[in-house]
Amino acid sequence: MWQFFHKLGSPKWFFGIATRFMPWLLAIGIILLLVGLVWGLAFAPKDYLQGNSYRIIFIHVPTAFLAQSIYIMMASAAIVTLVWRMKLADVFVKAVAPVGLVFTFLSLFTGAVWGKPTWGTWWVWDARLTSMLILLFLYGGAIALDRAINDEKSAARAVAVLVLVGVVNIPIIKYSVEWWNTLHQPATFKLTEKPSMPVEMWVPLLLSVLGLYLLFGWLACMRMKTEIVMREQKTRWVRELVMAGRG
Amino acid sequence: MNADRRPALKPVSESVGPIAAMAAVFARDVRVAFRQRQDLLNPLLFFIMVVTLFPLGVSPEVAFLKQSGAGILWVAALLSVLLSLDHLFRHDFDDGTLEQLVLQPQPLFLLVLAKTAAHWVLTGLPLVLLAPVLGVMVHLDGNSIAILCLTLLIGTPVLSMIGAIGAALTLGLRSAGVLLSLLIIPLYIPVLIFGTGTVAAAAEGAPVGGYLALMGAFLVLAVTLSPFASAAALRISLSNS
Amino acid sequence: MAFDSFSAFIAMEGHGPYVWTCYGVFAVLLVGLMIWSSRHHQAVMASCKRRYQQQESSNSARPKQAATFARVEVSQE
Repeated sequence: MWQFFHKLGSPKWFFGIATRFMPWLLAIGIILLLVGLVWGLAFAPKDYLQGNSYRIIFIHVPTAFLAQSIYIMMASAAIVTLVWRMKLADVFVKAVAPVGLVFTFLSLFTGAVWGKPTWGTWWVWDARLTSMLILLFLYGGAIALDRAINDEKSAARAVAVLVLVGVVNIPIIKYSVEWWNTLHQPATFKLTEKPSMPVEMWVPLLLSVLGLYLLFGWLACMRMKTEIVMREQKTRWVRELVMAGRG
Repeated sequence: MNADRRPALKPVSESVGPIAAMAAVFARDVRVAFRQRQDLLNPLLFFIMVVTLFPLGVSPEVAFLKQSGAGILWVAALLSVLLSLDHLFRHDFDDGTLEQLVLQPQPLFLLVLAKTAAHWVLTGLPLVLLAPVLGVMVHLDGNSIAILCLTLLIGTPVLSMIGAIGAALTLGLRSAGVLLSLLIIPLYIPVLIFGTGTVAAAAEGAPVGGYLALMGAFLVLAVTLSPFASAAALRISLSNS
Repeated sequence: MAFDSFSAFIAMEGHGPYVWTCYGVFAVLLVGLMIWSSRHHQAVMASCKRRYQQQESSNSARPKQAATFARVEVSQE
């Protein structure tokens, strides 16, 4: 088992594994996502309260889930960076932060557009949207800090500290925004995430979530490979790889 | 070598204890700040000016100011603390004192705690003392002003502590000021929400004990955890430059 | 099928613009991100390859001299 962790620290090993898995991640991810979305768009019955606009849920929930999961993953990688100084953890955080940013933006955008037919307005300062907006700032901050520091290793460690401070704050932020929202929200609106969702609705949702996770895996592998090549240019294995045109 | 000659450096066991070191750092920071009074005055002036902007930019009507006054003061105080964080570490960083501080045998997190405490006494505390005057200007009633000052008293140290982490992370970088704001404001939001929420509850006559206890919890959390993060960030920034 | 006809599918009883905007932006951003990451990867590989080739050609043009420990006389004045 410890051998696995030892190997995990090696960029070269990861590069090989990533190259092998990527086609599968891409293919299965696309299939699952398309099946989920088409099912949700065309075949799921319409919601008795919201009509057809609820179909946005099949994009909103996966992107929101991933936006939050990615931050948690980044926080775990940050701990690995600070405690064990593993190169791959640095590479992961740097590669994945922009993806998290895009997904957070998508969940905000879809949430806002969903809000227009549902609540009658583009933006609502409701607890979920506001918490996601703050998450967007947290991602933006991590990316900005990484770009501002020239030295790679210091940048990785500084971003790790920042991500950890952010993750400690996330439950506090969520709690305080929800509390604030119950004070100021004129009408409480429950989004259709109750477990009593009919099968025809939560199965395509599940498929979409899984599909997007796999596609995120593909994106992470691709971006990490790029980052590894840039960092390890001077090594022999990268040289041989690039000259042979593999990877 | 001459056996009677005493070594030039004292051994670590003879250096001052951590509390004495913290007191020394605190005293030094306060003394140095009083020699450069401009840094002390700027946040206060900024606080006053930002509060002034709201009646001018939005509406001077009593009804509006009564409702928004607490929020305006809190936001202005938050921005003033943010502005003042720049000089928490920068002067010492520029003249090399910070590196000496990091090299001390005493634990760095305690020294950072002392520095941040000094920063709060010099910046946050004056804001709290100025708040009643501004509270009167935005037509808040006496009870609201009292609760507002209490929330500021508990909240501004939290802002200083969290801000110290950001200041340490962005030390020595170009455009550090803007980057600092970008990094720290998301972390300030819970403090802002509860600070203003407490005053709003007090205005409605609801009991505020719970809110104040929660803010106290923020304070305890910030004081106990943030020095470690700031110390780690300082070491990273110093190794970077 | 939850819809009677294709035009009903597109219209979604008035919610069409919202739903299709969301799906459209999602598709554009996701696919865009994937394509951009992929092309960036290829660009990095290509630029590395060019750099290695340049290094090799400059190495072969100039035969590398073995390091020597020749003493260099430097005046002490």
